[in-house]
Amino acid sequence: MNVNATLIINMIFFAAFVWFCMKFVWPHIMSAIKERQDKIAEGLAASERSQKDLELAQEKAAELLREAKQQSAEIVDSAKKRHAEIVDSAKDDARSEAEKIKNGAMAEIEQEVNRAREQLRSKVATLAVAGAEKVIERNIDEAANNDLFEKLVKEL
Amino acid sequence: MASSENVDSVGYIKHHLQNLQVCKTDDGWMWNNELADQGITNACENAGFWTFNVDSLFFAFILGALFCFSFWRVAKNAKIDNPGRWQSMVEMIVEFVDKSVKDTFHGRNPLIAPLALTIFVWVILMNMMDWVPVDLLPWVAEQTNVHVLGNEPHTSYLKFLPTADVNITFSLSIGVFLMILFYSIKVKGIGGFLGELTLHPFSSKNKFVQVLLIPVNLLMETIGLVAKPISLGLRLFGNLYAAELLFILIAILFSTGVGGFIGGFISYMGWAIFHILVIPLQAFIFMMLTIVYLSQAHEDH
Repeated sequence: MNVNATLIINMIFFAAFVWFCMKFVWPHIMSAIKERQDKIAEGLAASERSQKDLELAQEKAAELLREAKQQSAEIVDSAKKRHAEIVDSAKDDARSEAEKIKNGAMAEIEQEVNRAREQLRSKVATLAVAGAEKVIERNIDEAANNDLFEKLVKEL
Repeated sequence: MASSENVDSVGYIKHHLQNLQVCKTDDGWMWNNELADQGITNACENAGFWTFNVDSLFFAFILGALFCFSFWRVAKNAKIDNPGRWQSMVEMIVEFVDKSVKDTFHGRNPLIAPLALTIFVWVILMNMMDWVPVDLLPWVAEQTNVHVLGNEPHTSYLKFLPTADVNITFSLSIGVFLMILFYSIKVKGIGGFLGELTLHPFSSKNKFVQVLLIPVNLLMETIGLVAKPISLGLRLFGNLYAAELLFILIAILFSTGVGGFIGGFISYMGWAIFHILVIPLQAFIFMMLTIVYLSQAHEDH
C-alpha cells in the first residue's frame, strides 16, 4: 500500500491515454455529432421553408380559382347580355321588315284596286254605252233615258 | 480452532491485498514472491520507492487501452446518418462529458474535455474490476504460477482492482495536480500565481500588516492547493479499497457452512448491486473535480 514507482509508470500511461484521446478520439466524435446536428437543423429549416411555400402556393391557387370564377361569371353575363341584344335587334329587324313588306303589299293592293276600278269604270262605260245603244235601238227616247244613264254612271 | 481460523482469515485477506511486485533490492531486481521458499513471503517489503505493482499497472494499462481502442474504432467509423448502438452509446458518454465540461469550464482549452473523458471512462472501467469475483483472477494466477511456472501455491499474488491501489489513484490525481500548477502559471503568470497563494484570503491596505499576513496566507493556500490531489486520490482509493475489502470479507463467509454461504451470497450480491451506484459515481466525482480544479486554475482574478 506504499506509494512507489508504480505511480510514475501509471502517470505515463495516463498522459499517453489523454494524448491519444485528444488526438484521435475526441475531435472525430465531436465533429460527427456536430455534423449530424447541423444536418438535422438544416432538415428542419428546409421542412419549415417548404411548409411555408406550400401555404403560399395554396393561397395563390385559391386566388387564381376565385379570379377564374369571377371571369367566367363575367363572360357568362356578357354573353347573356349579347344574346338578349341580338334577339332584340333581330326582333326589331323582323318587325321593320314585316312593316316594310306589309306597306309594300298595301300599296300594291291599292294600286291594283285603283286599276281594277279604272278598268271597271271604263268597262261599265262601254257596257253602259252598249246597253244604251240597245235601249236606244228599241226606244229612241234618248232624253228620257239619259238622266238614268247619268245616274248609273255616277253610282259606279 | 477459533484462533487458527482467525489466522487463516487474516492470511486470506492479506494475500488478497498483496500486489504482485517487482522491486529493486540490494540483490538486484526481483519479484516479491521469489524468495518464498526461503520463508520470505514478500521480498519487496523493504524495497522502498523503486517497486512496481505489476498487477495494478497491467490491469490499468489493459483497461485504458481498451477505452482508447474501442472509442478510437467508433471515432474512425463514425456514421452521421445512421449511428449504430455502440456509436450511440459512445456519443452519449462523449456528449455527457462535453456538457459537464461546458457547464463548469468557461475557458478555451482543447485538452480539458478529452482529459475529462479519459478520466471518466478509464476510472469506470478500472472500478468495474471490483465486480469480478475476488477469487477468480487470483485462482487463475495461482494455477498459472503452480502449473506453468512451477512455484509454491501460496506465493502467487494478484490484486486485480487497480483503483484500490493508492499508486494508481494518486498517479491520476497528481497528474491533474501538475496540470493545475501548469495552467495556473501559464494563465496567471508566476507572479499572479504566487500572488494568489500569498495575498488571499487575508489582505490589508496597510503594507506592514500585509507583509505579516503573507505567511499565514501562504500556509492556508498551500494546504488548500495540496489538499486537492490528496483528497482526489484518497477518495477514489478509499471507496474502492473498502469495496474490495468488503468483498473479501464476504468471500470468507462462503467457507463457513450453509448459513454462511447463503448469507454470503446475499450480501455479496447486495454489495455488488450497491456498486452499480458507487462505480460511476466515483468516476463522475473524480472527473467533475478535475474540471472544477482546472477551471479554477484558469480563472484570473
